Amino acid sequence: MISFSSVSKRYENGHQALANLSFDVDEGELVFLTGHSGAGKSTLMKLIMLIERASAGQVVIAGRNLNRMRRGQIPYHRRQVGVVFQNHQLLFDRSVYENVALPLNIAGFQSREVGRRVRAALDKVGLLDREKANPITLSGGEQQRVGIARAVVNKPPLLLADEPTGNLDPELSAEIMNLFRRFNSFGVTVMIASHDIALIRSLNHRVISLAKGQLAHDGLLPQEQGG
Amino acid sequence: MARSDSSGKGAVHSKTSLTDKVRSYWLHHRSSLLGSLMRLLSTPGQTLMTTLVVAIALALPATLLVSLSNIQQLGDSWDASPKVSVYLNLRARDAAIEQLLERLQKLPEVADVQYLSSEQVLADFQRLSGFGEALEALEDNPLPATLIITPGLAAVEPEALKRLGDKIAGEAIVDEVSLDMEWVRRLRELMVLGKKIVAALAALLALGVLLAIGNTIRLAIENRRDEIIIAKLVGGTNGFVRRPFIYIGGWYGLMGGALASLLVAAGFWIIQDTVARLALLYQSDFQLDTLGIGGTLKLIGLGTLLGWLGAWLAVGRHLAQIEPR
Repeated sequence: MISFSSVSKRYENGHQALANLSFDVDEGELVFLTGHSGAGKSTLMKLIMLIERASAGQVVIAGRNLNRMRRGQIPYHRRQVGVVFQNHQLLFDRSVYENVALPLNIAGFQSREVGRRVRAALDKVGLLDREKANPITLSGGEQQRVGIARAVVNKPPLLLADEPTGNLDPELSAEIMNLFRRFNSFGVTVMIASHDIALIRSLNHRVISLAKGQLAHDGLLPQEQGG
Repeated sequence: MARSDSSGKGAVHSKTSLTDKVRSYWLHHRSSLLGSLMRLLSTPGQTLMTTLVVAIALALPATLLVSLSNIQQLGDSWDASPKVSVYLNLRARDAAIEQLLERLQKLPEVADVQYLSSEQVLADFQRLSGFGEALEALEDNPLPATLIITPGLAAVEPEALKRLGDKIAGEAIVDEVSLDMEWVRRLRELMVLGKKIVAALAALLALGVLLAIGNTIRLAIENRRDEIIIAKLVGGTNGFVRRPFIYIGGWYGLMGGALASLLVAAGFWIIQDTVARLALLYQSDFQLDTLGIGGTLKLIGLGTLLGWLGAWLAVGRHLAQIEPR
């Protein structure tokens, strides 16, 4: 599903964010992405989203080589990748329902189908009763769940999450992570960037660690060791 | 994953067929059309200001153009029947005048000859000029008897008319011949000049409309920056993001055009009575030309086009700069 081979990314200001990075994530996997801030987690996700392009190497997502993707195709690529942001990126001038419906409206679903899918997505994150609320009236955890509902409403085969629990307390964080694991159990490939090592260790999934833009660790985290 | 054959380009969510896509395309056009109108109506103050700017910029050249067409109509109505005024010698005898009349009526260039005796001329002059009392103080009538000649088809051209005038001027009892053509020609030239000036002015004001709407759209884009970024993050095409703003520009132009039509109509309604009185004084059946339905539709159409174009230019310039980071 995700394939990086010898990927480097150097920004225009000379900062080398990723250096010769190679890894693969199969369909249906759940992978955590860790590393200190500045280690290249965000850049890696931006490359998958085509917000940035690799300076060298190949990024292939679901068989599509992103290096060769033209600008006009980018929107259609992004519809195949659900993204959850740390700061939610919700619009406060419209209801929860309308926020979640946005990707469907963009992709051109008919309104009846939109309603069905939005309610299904809100049901999965446990916010079915809040569809008419304005997201600003919701708690941080609820806002994040709205963001997740929006990311999965289009049933993308790949789900990215950038520090989805960054601002949440441990209990809420565990809840959010369980949501992601449920989506993963339906076959969705999930990649979660997080620096919450304790939580990641407790979930026991594959972990890709970056350090200074290079692969520092790939595999399960050894248990009962300091992170 | 269930869909393991998803190595193709966009096959993963093939639930939207082509007809669905066309349908949703038009649906989004409709929702952009209505949504942008709602958005404009939700900020009536700002909407009114921009609409007024557009309306004034459109109303000014429209007013000038309609005024010019009125002046042209005035000129044309004279032009259609250019007259030759023949002033006879004060001492000309009635018999000589009678003979001249007969001779003139036989000329092929002459369609009609109207004889005004010096008494009639005086009476007309007293009635129209307002110098009534002053003229009564005169012992003799200073005004000559006058022949008003309507040229026939043979003398429609200015040169032919000039030759006719010269011929009549050679008559013994004719003091002076005046051709009514000169001022019509001058008016025509002035009209050409006027139209050029209005065209230049209209072009400048159209540019003003483009800039005003462009600037308004730029602000609207700036205000909705977050929305644009999120829409692009979840797969919104440039067209999807652009559409609502283009419609906003169209609405501004449409409303500005409609308001401009109202302004022009109101202006001509106000001067209508004055023009009618003036026409009466000149014994004319002159009818004031207004925009009319065709002109109103053209003005609204032009406004909409300018608004759409202004928005299109602004969106092209500013939307490309807003990309997710």
